[in-house]
Amino acid sequence: MMAYYREDAKVLSGGMSLIPLMKLRFAAPATIVDLNQIQGLDYIEEAGGYLRIGCLARNRAIVRSELVRSRHPLMSSAAPTISDPVVRNRGTVVGNLTHADPQGDWATVMMCLDGEVVARSTEGERVIPVSQFITGPFSTTLMPNEIAVEVRVPGATNFGEYHKIERKVGDFATVAVGVALQQQGGSVSRVGIGLTGVGPSNIKCYDAERIVSGGGLNENTIQQAAQAAAADSSPRTDHRGSEEYKREMVAVFVRRSLHAAAGIRAA
Amino acid sequence: MPEFRTVQCVVNDEPREAEIEPRLLLVHFIREVLGLTGTHLGCDTTSCGACTVLFDGLPVKSCTVLGVQADGHDIVTVEGLGSPSELSPVQEGFHEEHGLQCGFCTPGMMLTATGFLEENPNPTEEEIRWALSGNNCRCTGYMNIVKAVQWAAKKMATSGISARGARG
Repeated sequence: MMAYYREDAKVLSGGMSLIPLMKLRFAAPATIVDLNQIQGLDYIEEAGGYLRIGCLARNRAIVRSELVRSRHPLMSSAAPTISDPVVRNRGTVVGNLTHADPQGDWATVMMCLDGEVVARSTEGERVIPVSQFITGPFSTTLMPNEIAVEVRVPGATNFGEYHKIERKVGDFATVAVGVALQQQGGSVSRVGIGLTGVGPSNIKCYDAERIVSGGGLNENTIQQAAQAAAADSSPRTDHRGSEEYKREMVAVFVRRSLHAAAGIRAA
Repeated sequence: MPEFRTVQCVVNDEPREAEIEPRLLLVHFIREVLGLTGTHLGCDTTSCGACTVLFDGLPVKSCTVLGVQADGHDIVTVEGLGSPSELSPVQEGFHEEHGLQCGFCTPGMMLTATGFLEENPNPTEEEIRWALSGNNCRCTGYMNIVKAVQWAAKKMATSGISARGARG
């Protein structure tokens, strides 16, 4: 159907972003292709070394999934901060990613975890890293004839926290910081650090990640990583808070999560 | 000429069928086509929760669902709580604990509470507050709403009646 309607159609999964956009007349699709009629797209499963989330898996299901909690606790930490519980009953992870709101939470989480979007069309299937999938505010590399059918995350991480300041439930993040780690003994084999709400789009903190993956977790690297993440942020003063406050909170949350991961009690 | 679609669904245990425009929101379908005006439209921006109904048992904001999406599904509105002769535990709780002032948010609050208590019949106060966090009340300060849900949970435990109330 997407091959037939192309630009004239929009795909509907949870509808928690598309329908508000249509009300605002930011979107006025001639045709809506409702995926909810298709069985078997709401899976959350592990296969082929990936945690796979089907495009009809609701945020509600992520919050409650023991598999997600055991493989990527960052996702379980972030899911309850997405919108509110009633909206989470319908909204989906993949829908959130394809909507590509620059202040969206799932893109940050997926960048931390090296997530990939699986896009399918009548011509075949394509896998796109989330960091390349989102090209700007509300725009992605998804082609008009493609549907994002899955987001998948490789392997596992044994630590993850999503710290989000929001003025009230359902608001966009004033500041949010995601941290995910895979540690064994004293060494860190995988690390992801990402920011929401403190720049024109989601931010992946490559410098902070390098500091931790190169030097492991100790007081010195934790302080350096927190400063590097704060330097990566480019917040703006607005009704949610001042630039200085937001940048400081980035450092605080990176430090807090890395301390928690290292089992160090913050001074 | 607008194109019409047939929607067949079950609303408050009764099969309903209507021809509607695909762009019609579920809340308008419920209020204007089915004539069930107990469901309120508040903010129309997915924020306030006044329009909450149960969609296959789960609370959803009916201002952000298309009416045609109800095709083949089960909807419960405030009119579907309790029976003409007996309030549901949640309705009774709101009555007993004075869980409302102006009443505008109340249908949505009760549907969210009903869906929540069906899933978690013995919640803590904190769990109740988080469960209701997608529903706004501009009058009460939430204190009595939380008490109303606690009252309903207690009633469910002692009577064995479901949150939605005795049927039939």
